[in-house]
Amino acid sequence: MLDLAYLIPLLPLIGFAIIGLGNKKLPKFLVGLIGCGSILGSFLIVLSLLIGITSGSIPNATTISYFDWINAGSINLSMSFLIDPLSVMMMTIITGVGFLIHLYSAGYMSHDEGFARYFAYLNLFVFSMLMLVMGSNYVVMFAGWEGVGLCSYLLIGFWFKNTNYNNAAKKAFIMNRIGDLGFLLGMILIFVTFGSLNFSDVFSQAPQIMKANYEVGIAITLLLFIGATGKSAQIPLYTWLPDPMAGPTPVSALIHAATMVTAGIYMIVRSNVLYTMAPFTLDIIMVVGIVTALFAATIGLFQNDIKKVLAYSTVSQLGYMFFALGLGAYTTGMFHVTTHAFFKALLFLGAGSVIHAMSGEQDIRNMGGLRKKLPITFWTFVIGTVAIAGIPPFAGFFSKDEILAHAYERSPLLWGLGVLGALMTTFYMFRLLFLTFSGSFRGTEDQKSHLHESPISMTLPLMVLAVLSIIGGFIGVPEVLGGTNWLANYLAPVIATVGEKEVHALSHSTELTLMKISTSLVFLTIIIAYIIYVSKKIMPLPEGKESGIQKLIYNKYYIDELYDSIIVKPLRLLSDFSGKILDNTIVDGIVNGVGKSVEVGSKVLRYSQSGSISNYLFIMVIGIIIMLVINLIK
Amino acid sequence: MQDLLTNSLNGYIFLASILFTIGILGILIRKNIIIIFMSIELMLNAVNLLMTAFSVHHNNSDGQVFVLFIMAVAAAEVTIGLAILVMIYRNTGSVNIDELKKMKW
Repeated sequence: MLDLAYLIPLLPLIGFAIIGLGNKKLPKFLVGLIGCGSILGSFLIVLSLLIGITSGSIPNATTISYFDWINAGSINLSMSFLIDPLSVMMMTIITGVGFLIHLYSAGYMSHDEGFARYFAYLNLFVFSMLMLVMGSNYVVMFAGWEGVGLCSYLLIGFWFKNTNYNNAAKKAFIMNRIGDLGFLLGMILIFVTFGSLNFSDVFSQAPQIMKANYEVGIAITLLLFIGATGKSAQIPLYTWLPDPMAGPTPVSALIHAATMVTAGIYMIVRSNVLYTMAPFTLDIIMVVGIVTALFAATIGLFQNDIKKVLAYSTVSQLGYMFFALGLGAYTTGMFHVTTHAFFKALLFLGAGSVIHAMSGEQDIRNMGGLRKKLPITFWTFVIGTVAIAGIPPFAGFFSKDEILAHAYERSPLLWGLGVLGALMTTFYMFRLLFLTFSGSFRGTEDQKSHLHESPISMTLPLMVLAVLSIIGGFIGVPEVLGGTNWLANYLAPVIATVGEKEVHALSHSTELTLMKISTSLVFLTIIIAYIIYVSKKIMPLPEGKESGIQKLIYNKYYIDELYDSIIVKPLRLLSDFSGKILDNTIVDGIVNGVGKSVEVGSKVLRYSQSGSISNYLFIMVIGIIIMLVINLIK
Repeated sequence: MQDLLTNSLNGYIFLASILFTIGILGILIRKNIIIIFMSIELMLNAVNLLMTAFSVHHNNSDGQVFVLFIMAVAAAEVTIGLAILVMIYRNTGSVNIDELKKMKW
């Protein structure tokens, strides 16, 4: 099946080309068929690779080279794919979840006039994302990395007639570019240090070179991590992620929850050899991760836009993943990427279904009581919420618990912070669930008469993802619960063994106790949320009525305003300065001055043209005499 | 004859220089365009005389060939010059060079 590996990214690319070129000339049915079909084709090939890898018929790290891409001087890069457990796992998530979301989009976007354009972008995104995870060197990865950034921009600004949406798209793109610069610099530094950008060359030399140049290693890993903070929305570059919710909801599910934002985590796990050699960077990642997780969770507590809550939840969960990476638990990070892809895509698609039914309404204060009208959406949403809250045996429980176990291993304080984040997650997710689906309907009569369950093409992906959210955790059941942690074994060949600690040094009884504590706290939080939002029916305050700390948090700690005043405004001032002063006065002054001086000079000089022939003759003779004299003197 | 010429080359040079200077002074001082024309011819002929003298002195006929060319070209030039002069006279009623001051800024 390795012979067909090139088709995995090629099929979505072909789909993009056909749909993009055909655009409005193709019937919608055909667009949907090509769009979904190409992803399904890739998914089937990926599945065969997955089976091959797990059964051992495909070697653990196969590099397939297709052609020389860049061949200049000492740079020798080929367009080649790396097929190993890690890339196949990511490919499975991308094409699997990607296919479900394509299917969902076919229903969700069916009334949109940009239907074909939407599918073209979506296919291009899947292509770029596959390039990102399949590349066997940093440059192919970077090409995909930029590709997904572009598609993210195009899809956030999909409804380009709205200026706010365009601004959100630009913000996302620019924030990503800041991170990309870090990635690029990291790549250059890798090339200078290792003389190569191929994963295999870099990682095999890493132990010796990183030991000799400790500081360079720190610099490389930190620069790559800056790239990851941009793409995966970590402090300080996280502010772009909540805004893109302007785009179509399936896009938020695919790009801003399940796949693209996990690219940073994938990149760090891919480079885990380097990171293991730089413990300092790991500590920074850990701190950034847990701070982001808690910070974003607090913002999520008071948001009223259904998608904003999910967006901050995504930032928070990504923080969790980085927290795991920072603890050196790479497989755990990937485990959470997988389960998160299932339940967060489910939640976003569920939210999309709700918005679809509410004719575009996104404010949860105007919802309520949707349980009876949208039964399938409700039940799948419940499953997603329970999964993210971490109630056994749903998917989120296993991955979250593994992260917490690793945190406890490092220090009980970190465990406490992790649990705190998990409780906040539980609280705002159940707040969202109760406000949306229980109680009585609070919207307008017009919206009420319009309420309907979504079509089968939208509910089917919901159901599939719900099933995955239930069983997804079983790929990593820890030993204490009678599992073998299949995922850890599966990913073992990719993870560096250098200096890695024994997995789960905790004793089984401790681990079990921790699980019991965190789970019971989660249940307690659910009960609190139930009392507040169902029994007492407390409503979030209307716009502008918040006060004190609630206002601070509702306005996202004014971080956007802070960035605006410390970065955007000074930059504007600088641009104004160079535009109005440097350019208009100095540069233009020089250019205009040259012209002016020629004009004035010629005005004076033209009087020497007297028109008198005898004058000219006289000057000519004088000139000839002067030339003669000069010749004589020489 | 040959010797006499060789010995008195200085005399020819002297004569030619005087003629040339008279021509230049004529151009600079006189205002009548016809006189200026004649001065130009004088300068040309001073050069011709010098060329002929050197041609004989070096026993090389190139100089004399050039003289013939110069005379032919000078004839053509004078023809055109006089034609222009006639037109100027018809238009301005004068051949004074100081009258012709129209070609200026």
